Amino acid sequence: MTLLAVERIKLFTTRSPWWCMVLALGLSIGFTAIIAANSTEGAMPVVASAFTHQFGLMVIMVMAALAITTEYRFGTIKATFQAVPDRISPLVAKGVVVALLSAVVGLLVGFGSWGLSWLIVSDRSQLALESANDWRHVLGVSLVFAAGSLLALGVGTLVRQTAGAVSIILVFALLVENLVTLIPKIGDDIQKWLPFTVANKFVLGEADSSGLPEGAGPPVPGELSPWGSLAYFTAIALAFFVVSLVVAKRRDA
Amino acid sequence: MIEATGLTKHYGTTVAVDDLSFTVQAGRVTGFLGPNGAGKSTTMRMILGLDRPTRGKVLIDGKRYHELHRPLRTVGALLDAKWVHPNRSARAHLLWLARSNGIPARRVDEVLDLVGLTQVAKRRAGGFSLGMSQRLGIAGALLGDPRVLLFDEPVNGLDPEGIQWIRQFMHRLADQGRTVFVSSHLLSEMAQTAQELIVIGRGRLIAQTSTEQFIRDATEDAVRVRSPQLDRLRELLPGGARVTDGDGALLVHGLEPARIGELAALNGITLHELSPQRGSLEEAFIQLTKESVEYHAHE
Repeated sequence: MTLLAVERIKLFTTRSPWWCMVLALGLSIGFTAIIAANSTEGAMPVVASAFTHQFGLMVIMVMAALAITTEYRFGTIKATFQAVPDRISPLVAKGVVVALLSAVVGLLVGFGSWGLSWLIVSDRSQLALESANDWRHVLGVSLVFAAGSLLALGVGTLVRQTAGAVSIILVFALLVENLVTLIPKIGDDIQKWLPFTVANKFVLGEADSSGLPEGAGPPVPGELSPWGSLAYFTAIALAFFVVSLVVAKRRDA
Repeated sequence: MIEATGLTKHYGTTVAVDDLSFTVQAGRVTGFLGPNGAGKSTTMRMILGLDRPTRGKVLIDGKRYHELHRPLRTVGALLDAKWVHPNRSARAHLLWLARSNGIPARRVDEVLDLVGLTQVAKRRAGGFSLGMSQRLGIAGALLGDPRVLLFDEPVNGLDPEGIQWIRQFMHRLADQGRTVFVSSHLLSEMAQTAQELIVIGRGRLIAQTSTEQFIRDATEDAVRVRSPQLDRLRELLPGGARVTDGDGALLVHGLEPARIGELAALNGITLHELSPQRGSLEEAFIQLTKESVEYHAHE
């Protein structure tokens, strides 16, 4: 508990987490508002309010990476390891704090996007939260943010540099996962198993078809069920996080 | 007390610290002296468990660093005053450190007061001058009221007033019975600060002795001689003596003044000056560590 408080103090006494949280909320909810305002063809489905969560996810992962890379950049990681020499417990505490904070931001993004859509659209017939799938579109954002933040924290701990960690995360999530389909024949099959595509499937996948216009809806590829997709993404995130703990424990601070 | 035995650290093929053994006693200020790159900081990082020794071990009051419960209460260290997040306030920086080792927040205000930073406690540490950063670093080291204190080059870049303050501060800490281990690459600084010295070069131990003893051993005495018949005198000096020319005088090393006087009298040479000279500290230090300096300038 003490170490959770320590990591909380560390996170909230610098400015970048605040900026990242504001940016994550603003980008996701703001773009949803644009979608809602332009949703003139039929009723807006619940899943459409979740499309923009990826903006927030990218920003939250930057926040998570910064939480550890700035410690390396400014040497406070050495003070941390001096204070708690087992190294694992402060890093786990940081993971818990960052993941919880990301989950809260995800909750705000999910409900904020949905709520703002509710206020904006004229035809709310498809926007009520009725099915389990509807709830997943809204609440799932929170879970993906939490897992994504652990993944970013793991990458940040391994790379130790802000520029490197942020580039790796953004280039992979935004470019590699989309461009991989350019590989002939196997590209599509590879994409189906890449982490952010799978995470997307969890939030957006298997939307209730009744709410979707004919032939519309996000083309989310994937072999797993939505909840299977979450398990897959979380497992990858945890794997990165655990490997980063082992490496941080072994190498010189 | 700090005890290092056979401490060795390799970085790839570079040997930073080589089979280093020494003891730092409580109640004294012990200087850790060596040229830049001698392995002082690496050794200090190993003491604090930040770097893993390739071989050997170092114990603090009989325990390895990671065996200490709430280590900030046993060991306080200032390795780099810049190890602070620039956007965090001085108080917030100390607060998370204190919290991590179960130190009450009241103690944060105490140490801020102790180092004279109460006025600027809420300001962001990134805006601090070097002197203020050093004070904040010292405040951090003192948080847990530790028995053992480590300072790495604490006076680097400080103004004379700051140097004076740190020096007196370290003496006060040692007088309270604490172990104070402070590194420097300047012998003149250590001569005024430390009572004991551990001297290293290229990661190896050169000497562990009292500062007084070290200076006595290291500074070679010389005798300054002036005479109208300097050239004749030079020829008469025995082969074992080393002679260097000083403006219109000779500097004779390795020969007692009395012996030179007798030689002169015996040969009817007039002496205008015969004065023993104390060798300079820095010169002695350079002599001693010459072989172990990592980077030489081309002469």
